[in-house]
Amino acid sequence: MNDTMGRYRTVVGHRLFWPTAVLVVMLAANTIYRPGFLSIELKDGHLYGSPIDILRLSAPLILVALGMTLVISTGGIDLSVGSVCAISGAIACMYISKQTDQNSLAVVLTALAMALGVALVLGAWNGVLVAVIGIQPIIATLILMVAGRGLAQLITQGQIITINSEPFRAIGLGHLLTLPLAIFIALAAALLVAAFTRRTALGMIVESVGGNAEASRLAGIRSGRVIFLAYVLSAVCAAVAGFMMTANVSSADGNAVGLWVELDAILAVVIGGTSLAGGRFFLSGTILGALIIQTLTTSVYAMNISPQTSLLFKAVVVIAVCLIQAPAFRARFTRRRRNTPPPAAIADKPKEQVPA
Amino acid sequence: MTTGSLTAGRARFRLPRRQIPVLATLVLLLVMYGIGVSQYQAFSNVQVIFNVFIDNSFLLVVAVGMTFVILTGGIDLSVGSVVAMTAMVSAWLLQEGLPAALVLVIALLIGPTLGLLMGCAIHFFEIQPFIVTLAGMFFARGMCTLISGASIPITDGFWTRMSQERIGNPQGNFVSISVLIAFVVVAIAAYTLAYTRLGRNVYAIGGNSQSALLMGLPLGRTRIAVYTISGLCSAIGGILLSFYTLSGAPLIAVGMELDVIAAVVIGGTVLTGGAGYVFGTVLGVLVLGVIQTLITFDGSLNSWWTKIVIGGLLFAFILLQRLIGIRYK
Repeated sequence: MNDTMGRYRTVVGHRLFWPTAVLVVMLAANTIYRPGFLSIELKDGHLYGSPIDILRLSAPLILVALGMTLVISTGGIDLSVGSVCAISGAIACMYISKQTDQNSLAVVLTALAMALGVALVLGAWNGVLVAVIGIQPIIATLILMVAGRGLAQLITQGQIITINSEPFRAIGLGHLLTLPLAIFIALAAALLVAAFTRRTALGMIVESVGGNAEASRLAGIRSGRVIFLAYVLSAVCAAVAGFMMTANVSSADGNAVGLWVELDAILAVVIGGTSLAGGRFFLSGTILGALIIQTLTTSVYAMNISPQTSLLFKAVVVIAVCLIQAPAFRARFTRRRRNTPPPAAIADKPKEQVPA
Repeated sequence: MTTGSLTAGRARFRLPRRQIPVLATLVLLLVMYGIGVSQYQAFSNVQVIFNVFIDNSFLLVVAVGMTFVILTGGIDLSVGSVVAMTAMVSAWLLQEGLPAALVLVIALLIGPTLGLLMGCAIHFFEIQPFIVTLAGMFFARGMCTLISGASIPITDGFWTRMSQERIGNPQGNFVSISVLIAFVVVAIAAYTLAYTRLGRNVYAIGGNSQSALLMGLPLGRTRIAVYTISGLCSAIGGILLSFYTLSGAPLIAVGMELDVIAAVVIGGTVLTGGAGYVFGTVLGVLVLGVIQTLITFDGSLNSWWTKIVIGGLLFAFILLQRLIGIRYK
C-alpha cells in the first residue's frame, strides 16, 4: 500500500503532472460537449480535425514561448516579442508585396532573410540594454514593445498589407507528410533549442546565470554574453512566429499581429513550471503550456463563446496553475492536511532509520 | 538637535541627485511646449494646456495608483482592463435603470476589491505581481466582453452633466469636472506618500523589503494596500473615462497599462521601487499628453509616431536614471 502511495506521489509530484491533467480535462470536456472533437480525417492527402488545428494554431505560440523560456530562465523577461512578430511580418509582407512575381521562392526567401536580419538587430538591442547597460529586463523590453508597434505601423504605413504569395502562405497553411508545415517548424525549433540546451552545457550555463548572474560571472561564465544571446534567440523565434501569423492570413497588420502574444507566451512558460525568478527551465513544460492555452482558445471558439471571453477562462487557468505551483499555497494546504493525521509524519521517521 | 541638523545637511547634499529625473522631465516638458509654441501660434493658447488635462485626466488618476505599486517594487498590469470594466459595468447598470448614485458606489467598489484580492494572492501565496495582475487583466477584460460584446451608450442625466459641465469661462478657457477630480486624487496621493505612515512604509518596502520587514514594518498590509489603492484609482479612472466617452465599450483602454507605466517611468519613478514622486508622474502624463498634442497639431505625422516617440523617451529616461546611478538592478 505504501508502494502505491509512493508511486502516486511521484506521479502527482512530477512537474508535468498538473499541466497534463489540465490539458486532458480540457480535451475531455470538449469531447463531452462535442463527441466528434477528437476525430481526425484524411482529406485530399491532408489530415484534418480539431486536434490538428490546435497543433497548427499553437505553433507560433510554441515558438515565441521557447524563446521566452530561455529569457525567463536567465532571470529576465521579454515583453517585446509581440512587436517583433508584427515588425518581422510587416517587413516580409512589405518586401513581397513590392515584387512583380510574388510566387517566386527566391523573393520569399529574401523577404524572410531581411526580416530575420532585422529581428537579430532588435534582439541585439534588447540584449545590449539588459546585458551591457544593465537595465531591468521588464523595462528594457517595454521600450521595444511600445516603440515596436509604432515601427510596424510605420513599415506598413498604417495599412493592412495583403499579399498573394503561395510559398509565403505555406509557412502558415502548407502541408508536409499530411500534417501542417507549421507543426514541423515549431517541432524543429523545439528540438534545436532542446539539443543546444540539454545536449551541451549551454542549458546549465543559462540556468546558472538565471540563478545568480554575479556568482556565475565570478565562476568564469560570461553571463553578459549568455543573457545577450537569450534575447537575440527570443527575437528570432518571435520573428518566425510572426511569419506564421502573417502567412495564416496572407496579410500584415501592424496593430493586430502578435497582440498579447507576450502574455500568452509568459503564461505558457509559467504553466510549464518555469519560475519567473529564473534559474530553472523546462522546455517540455513550455510546449505543454502553449498547447493548453491554444486548446483553451479553441474550446472557447467551439462553444460559441465570444473570443474575448476566453480571457476570463485564461485568468482562471493562470490563477489555478500558479496557486498549485506556489510553494506557499502548497505549504498551507499540506500543513492543514498533516495536522489532521499527525501519526503519519511520525510513522515516516523510523522507517527511514531502519535501512540506515 | 545635532543629529537633526546632520541628517538635514546630508539630505540637502543628496537632494539634487534624487530629483534629477523629475527635473529632467520638467525640462523636457518645457522644451516640448516651447517647440509647440514656436511652431504653432494656437499652441500658446491656455486652452491647449487645459485640453491636455481634460483628455488625460483618467490616465493621470490611474498613473497615480500605479506610482504607489511601482514604488513598492511591484507592478500592476490589470489597470487598463479594470478601467474598461468599471466603465462597462457603469454603462450596463445605468442601462438597466439603476440610480446613478448606486451605480457609482458599485463601480467604485469593484476595482479595489479586485486589487485587494490580487494583493492577497501576491502576499500570501508569494506569486509574482506580474503574473497575478496579468490574471487580473485577463479577468477584467473577459468580464467586459461577458457583459456585452458591443459598446453601451450612457444617457443618464448625472453622467451627461458631469461630462458636459465646464468649469471656468464657458466661452473662454475651461476644464472639466474630471480634471478637478484628478487633481484631488493627486493631492491626496501626494499627501499620503509624503506625510503618512503608509507612505513611508511604501518607500521603505520599495527601498529594501527585507530591511523593512526586519524593521518591523507591516510588509503584507502595505503591499495589499498598494494594490487596493491601484484598484481604486483604476476604478476612479474608469468612471472618469465613462464621463469622457459617455459609453462603456469592451475594448476601450486596451494597452493603457503600458501608457501608464511609461508615464510613471518618464516621471522619474524607479521601477525597482523606493524612489519617485507623484509630482513626477503628473509630469510624465503631461509629457505623453503634449506629445499627442504636438502630433495632432503637426497633422503630417501619423499616430504611430506617438508610440515611437514614447518608446524613445522611455529609453532616454531609463538611460538617464541609469547614468545618475539611482539604484537600478
